[in-house]
Amino acid sequence: MANALVNVPARARRGEIIEVKTLISHPMETGYRRTQLGARIPRDIIRLFVCTYNGTEVFRAELHPAIAANPFVVFSTVATESGTLAFQWTGDNGFSATESATITVE
Amino acid sequence: MGAAAGLGLGAVITVVPVHATPKEMEDAVRKVVGSAPVTKGRVKLELPPLSENGNTVPLTVSIESPMTAADHVRAIHVFTELNPQPDVVSFRFGPRAGHARVSTRIRLANTQTVTAIGELSDGSFWSATAAVVVTLAACLEDA
Repeated sequence: MANALVNVPARARRGEIIEVKTLISHPMETGYRRTQLGARIPRDIIRLFVCTYNGTEVFRAELHPAIAANPFVVFSTVATESGTLAFQWTGDNGFSATESATITVE
Repeated sequence: MGAAAGLGLGAVITVVPVHATPKEMEDAVRKVVGSAPVTKGRVKLELPPLSENGNTVPLTVSIESPMTAADHVRAIHVFTELNPQPDVVSFRFGPRAGHARVSTRIRLANTQTVTAIGELSDGSFWSATAAVVVTLAACLEDA
C-alpha cells in the first residue's frame, strides 16, 4: 500500500481558510524513459487526486506525467464544520490509495 | 538530379522530435478553452527562474478571487512547450476552496516557458507565463 501523508490543522475557527498539504509515495513513471537495453518503460502514474470534506468535493487535481515523483499538492479549503477530510488518489494499473484526517471547527 | 539527391538526403536525416512543440501546446490549450479568448493577467505563476534539477521543480499558481458562489475560479491548467506532452496538471476548485492557490512539484524536460491558464466562473480565461532555465533535464536518464 502506498504511503500517504496529509497535513490538516486539527482545529480551526468556522469560516477560516485552512491549508492542506498532501504527499504520496509513487514513482510517477512517465512512459518516456527507456531501460539501458532500449525497452520503453510503461507509464505508471497517478492520474487523479480528489479531496472531499464530509462527502462534498472541495478540490481535485488531474495529473499528467509531468508531475514529479511522489506527488506533493498543497491547496486550501474553508473550515465549514467539524468532520472528516477524505483524500483519494487513483491511477494506472488499478492504483488506488485513500487517507483521511479529522478537523474540529469551533 | 541534384535536387532529387538533395530531397533523398533530406528524407534520411529527418528526425521526429521527442518533445512537444509550442504548436502542440497551443492545441492543448485550445482543447481546454475552446474558442474563448485568453487574456494575459490575473494569474500568478511562481517558478524558480533557474532550476538545477528538472525532475522536481516547485510550482505555485494562484488567482486573486473572492471565491464566492457567484464569482470564483473554476480551474487552473498548467502547460509546457517542450516536455514530451504539453499537459502538466489541471486543478479544479469551487467556492469551498477559499483561495485559488495551489503548490506542487513538476518535471521540466528543457529550458522553456511554462503557461498557466485560469478559468473563472464567469467563463473568462486568464493566463500567465514563466520562463525556467533547466540545467539537468528530466525524462532523459536511463532507468
